[in-house]
Amino acid sequence: MAYDHGSHAAPDDARPLWGLMAEFSDPASLSRAAKHVKKEGFRNWDVYSPFPVHGMDEAMGLKPSRVTFIMGFMCLTGFTCAWLMQWWMGGVDYKIVVAGKPLFAWEQATPILFELSVLFSAFGAVFGMLILNLLPRWNHPLFGKQRFLRVSDDRFVIAIEAADPKFNEPDLRRMFESLGGKHIDRVEEES
Amino acid sequence: MTTMQPDQATALGLSRLTAGGFDPETLDGTLVSDPSIRAPLVLGNRDFHSVTNTICGWIENPTPKWWMPAFAVASAVAGLGTVMIVFLIITGVGVWGLMNPVMWSWDITNFVWWVGIGHAGTLISAILCLLKQKWRTSINRFAEAMTIFAVICAGTFPGIHVGRVWMAWMLFPIPNANWIWPNFRSPLLWDVFAVGTYFTVSLLFWYMGMIPDLATLRDRAIQRMGIKVRLGPLGLPGMGFLDRITNRIELPLNTIAAYAYGFLSMGWRFSARHWNNYEKAYLMLAGISTPLVLSVHSVVSFDFAVSIIPGWHTTIFPPYFVAGAIFSGFAMVLTLLIPARALYPGMKDFVTARTIENMCKIITVTGSMVGFAYMMEFFIAWYGGNTFEIQTFIRRAFGPYWWAYWIMVTCNVISPQVFWFKWARTNIPFIFLISIIVNIGMWFERYVILTTLSGDFLPSSWGYFSPTYVDIFTFIGSLGIFMTLFLLFCRFLPMLALSEVKNVMPQASPHWEGYGHGHDPHSHHGKGH
Repeated sequence: MAYDHGSHAAPDDARPLWGLMAEFSDPASLSRAAKHVKKEGFRNWDVYSPFPVHGMDEAMGLKPSRVTFIMGFMCLTGFTCAWLMQWWMGGVDYKIVVAGKPLFAWEQATPILFELSVLFSAFGAVFGMLILNLLPRWNHPLFGKQRFLRVSDDRFVIAIEAADPKFNEPDLRRMFESLGGKHIDRVEEES
Repeated sequence: MTTMQPDQATALGLSRLTAGGFDPETLDGTLVSDPSIRAPLVLGNRDFHSVTNTICGWIENPTPKWWMPAFAVASAVAGLGTVMIVFLIITGVGVWGLMNPVMWSWDITNFVWWVGIGHAGTLISAILCLLKQKWRTSINRFAEAMTIFAVICAGTFPGIHVGRVWMAWMLFPIPNANWIWPNFRSPLLWDVFAVGTYFTVSLLFWYMGMIPDLATLRDRAIQRMGIKVRLGPLGLPGMGFLDRITNRIELPLNTIAAYAYGFLSMGWRFSARHWNNYEKAYLMLAGISTPLVLSVHSVVSFDFAVSIIPGWHTTIFPPYFVAGAIFSGFAMVLTLLIPARALYPGMKDFVTARTIENMCKIITVTGSMVGFAYMMEFFIAWYGGNTFEIQTFIRRAFGPYWWAYWIMVTCNVISPQVFWFKWARTNIPFIFLISIIVNIGMWFERYVILTTLSGDFLPSSWGYFSPTYVDIFTFIGSLGIFMTLFLLFCRFLPMLALSEVKNVMPQASPHWEGYGHGHDPHSHHGKGH
């Protein structure tokens, strides 16, 4: 973990700039600011809040999450696996008549078809979410900022990356100030 | 702003209602009967920071005085259960009271009972999530943890009752040297998949919900990382000399916490782009868990219903088992929640009187469903005209196990009906008592179903099952395993879903501009006009 505790880290200005962050006091001002940043046409930016703020997806112009496609694919995979497994193991490879029941029938296969579809979809949901978010990733330039650690408590932050084509530090500072942003601060790349 | 937000109306209404302090009618102010007023979900005029401090404080503050003795007792009981299981494995299932014809008894009773208890967690997190029941946010983490621990206890019993425990892996379709596969036409195998899936999905759901809260704990631990924690006096009677040593020991617990929570939180950084995927995944997970919850106990009931034993071979079993499972699960949540609510400072601000009242109502609804199912079983036995079925049911209520049957009816059908009265739904010690009675009643329901076996088709082989001490202590031991896991959860993991609780607070709305127009009780929340 690359948390900045002062002594061993390189001086701030020796490291290249990663971006600029500003703090907002509540979800209302955060939403307004996010709408403005989106309207200005920034691309490499993100909003950080202790909980998912209602309506933030629209404010930031985010597309609906694609995790549903991963889940749908995994659901079909689970269903197919359950079908092939029961059909091949019970109906082809190991044919034993028990209580005069057919070797394979969709009726008796239904519970396991359902269970494995759900199981695979759940894996798709959790791991799909992590993959789409590029997690786990235990390091990030923002983690070097002590103030950023308060986002998990009660602070709201917008950060714009220096990689954004429209990034211009003095302009951004003015923009954040006009939007009510406080503690506007440079974020450096990890040393 | 010309219109008032619903939450502002709530706040205004409540400030009128509770202006004079404690109100006997609304208790903590949440039992408002006026439907135009939405009861608050978080009390105590809290802001986000105080919510974080309270919930994380339960983990970060020194261990509460009651915790160590409670943990010692629970783990000793768990140890006793483990000894019984080891004894069973090295000796054989003969140490249980199983006999011909009662070849399934306490082991399967305990299995079904524990799986049933494990239903409340995912019900609260999945079904109540889809129904937008916001009061669930204060109890869902708690109930999900309970679910996982209950399913662990449940899974133990079929595992150890297979006889040759070292062959239990043959339950799963694993390629083996004998070239054989499990029988997919057997409900017992469906059960392996149903319970296995339920455990895995519940664990994923629980863990995913916890990722942001673990990140909060991580960030707080990082801020304390340099501070070492002194072990302090152990307080063991007669062992005072040890305290001189332990007083000097300093442990880097904050650093360990930062790395442990940091690892588990997957580097979550509360990004809105991440929340976008997270919220969708969570909602979809709730969507697929809803039929899953209903399917698990249905499949468990197939273990009985698909057989051709009188008293078991009925179509009412799946819905009846599911209703009973929700019933017992909510009772167990209350049994654990009520002491926790009293022991952890500030928990009453989240788990409000209204939350408890809502749970009581669910207990009455599901208890009535269970009672209806008991009636229908008798009706169908008579209406079906099958001699064996009729005899089985007469024997169930008036035969050698009449006492178990009537304990079950008293606990499950009669006791939850008290919650029709408001005084019963609002009297916390009384609710605690009823929740324990319901747990006992549901155990007897499973026992009554299993003892149906004692009246075989052949009267000459009829028998009467009596448990041995190994049966009894294995069951008590499973309660110890459950409590041990639960106490560890309370000590080390966030008991309330932080980010979800914050999200249902009025301040979380992007339209919130402070209570009323003129003043703002949270002065640091700037006005956005």
